[in-house]
Amino acid sequence: MSFWEYLGDRHQQLLTDAGEQAGIVFLSMVMATLLGVLTGLVTCRSERAGSLATTASSAVLALPALAVIGLLVPVVGLGTAPTVIALTLFGLMPVMRSTVVGLRAVDPSLVEAATGIGMSRPMRLARVELPLAWPPILTAIRVSTRMLMGIAAIAAYASGPGLGKEIFRGLAFPDGENALNEVLAGTLGIIILTLLFDVVYVLVGRLTISGGIRAPGGTRV
Amino acid sequence: MSEPAGLQSGTTAATVELEQLTKRYPGSPQPVVDNVTLTIRAGETAVLVGPSGCGKSTILKMINRLVEPTGGRVRVGGEDVGAMDPVGLRRRIGYVTRASGLFPHMTVAQNIALVPEMSGWPRARIRARVEEMLDLVGLDPVEFRDRHPRGLSGGQRQRVAVARALAADPPVLLMDEPFGAVDPVTRDHLQGELIRVQGELHKTIVFVTHDFDEAIRLGDRIAVLRERSHIAQYDTPESILTNPADDFVSGFAGGGAALKRLSLTRVREVDIAAYPTLTVDDPLQEIFNKLRASVTNEILLLDQRGRPYKWLRRGDLMRAKGSLARAGTLVNDTVPRDATLRDALEAVLTDSAGRVAVTGRRGEYAGVVDVETLMNTVHELLEADRLEAMETRHALEEMRATQTHAEQEGEGGGQMT
Repeated sequence: MSFWEYLGDRHQQLLTDAGEQAGIVFLSMVMATLLGVLTGLVTCRSERAGSLATTASSAVLALPALAVIGLLVPVVGLGTAPTVIALTLFGLMPVMRSTVVGLRAVDPSLVEAATGIGMSRPMRLARVELPLAWPPILTAIRVSTRMLMGIAAIAAYASGPGLGKEIFRGLAFPDGENALNEVLAGTLGIIILTLLFDVVYVLVGRLTISGGIRAPGGTRV
Repeated sequence: MSEPAGLQSGTTAATVELEQLTKRYPGSPQPVVDNVTLTIRAGETAVLVGPSGCGKSTILKMINRLVEPTGGRVRVGGEDVGAMDPVGLRRRIGYVTRASGLFPHMTVAQNIALVPEMSGWPRARIRARVEEMLDLVGLDPVEFRDRHPRGLSGGQRQRVAVARALAADPPVLLMDEPFGAVDPVTRDHLQGELIRVQGELHKTIVFVTHDFDEAIRLGDRIAVLRERSHIAQYDTPESILTNPADDFVSGFAGGGAALKRLSLTRVREVDIAAYPTLTVDDPLQEIFNKLRASVTNEILLLDQRGRPYKWLRRGDLMRAKGSLARAGTLVNDTVPRDATLRDALEAVLTDSAGRVAVTGRRGEYAGVVDVETLMNTVHELLEADRLEAMETRHALEEMRATQTHAEQEGEGGGQMT
């Protein structure tokens, strides 16, 4: 069976898998963004907590994804749960880190000006500090999403959902008739999904980053 | 929220009183601001001037509570600011810094609208106010409203910063070296604009600078601060120039008090000599007669619209063989009546004959100023300043004597009961 025939034959299954993959990455990324920005906000005020957050971020990212998923399986079982937890954990690290770094990079004279014209702390955060730190945070979210796409594929090992299933099925029976087709379909699917997400992020950047601070020629990557 | 009567937005100005204000940072042996007492009258511009690091910015930040004092208090409009909600307080005190502090992700209009928005103004009123403020600071609303700060020059940014600070019509405006980061020409412009704006609004302005000339130009009163914000002298620019309290003040004011005095007086305030004048339409014979009869060596020829045109000396007409078109020297420089004496001196010095024609609003002839007039004026001014300063000093001493007397009496009375 040629690759095209394979696609025509299995498109139903492939679309379902792709949908699962996209859904799980999107869900994890939303949670990772919320948690990452929140922990970034909490820790950036204190010198020590902020450094701890950035160090933890690098440390967690150094762990092998498969090992983390493996460690989670005895605790939460197989399937979607360990996948979402692992993805969220990996995804939130770059976001948390760039939130801390981004908030600290806001010009202190602007923070003082915001206070000086009578903004309360929450208002200052919402109207001045976060909007100014948003471009690096969005970049981190974008980078995180690309990374999660790859990790989500590995999650199929723990019976997770997504296009990883295709890849592992092909790898499990390398002599099978459709082995190559399966691996190819899974991999290409992931690449296409990643590109689609990237396009969405570019649009989000256009809409949410003020023209006054946007780097010429689009968002920074 | 109930607001203290003296500090409501919409009132023109409020007094600012510093009472034994002290700021000591933990770990440093000397306070940055040490026991400063100062009263700034409503509607006046007070300039705090002193060397860098003397704590003048700290004083400013204690007024809007960006820095909390460790001792003493600040009253604005008679109310102790320490007892007010700092956020509400700051919305009613304009604040402009050296670094403009405009938010780069917001447009010019959004920046200016911030304080009115936070104060809950209706939308239509905010929009109208933004236009009004841009007009006030000399920026075209249509052109600038939707620009971002990064598309503005340094001077334009400071103008927008002033517009933002004044948007909610606060009674008090704090300015921390607002023109310190712009080039000298722009600074000169902005200072002029501030004088004009203040002439319209009559706010209480507390202005911090280390530039003494700026202080002279802008201040109704100047507080010269030495280290730890000790007030060396708090007085009008005239008195500080002519009657510095001590060597520190005179050293800081720099030499050339007489020259600086010149920039405090306008041409229209001095006696402008009336010069024999003629217009180009007068018959030649009359010109001859006038030249012959004149006590001065030359007369000023005006054009049809009464503007200075040519200086005519005796003999000029002869040499030009009676042709008015070729006789005399063209007037190449005039000063308006609103110019300072310093500008006039500049013009007189560059003029080969040592005099310059003064013109009115539409360029029409108003008189002539020469070196002699300027010299006499400066002498008179300095003498008058000196007398006035001596009088105030005398009055102060008398007041202090009465006070001491009253205190002693009071103590005596206390012991008796």
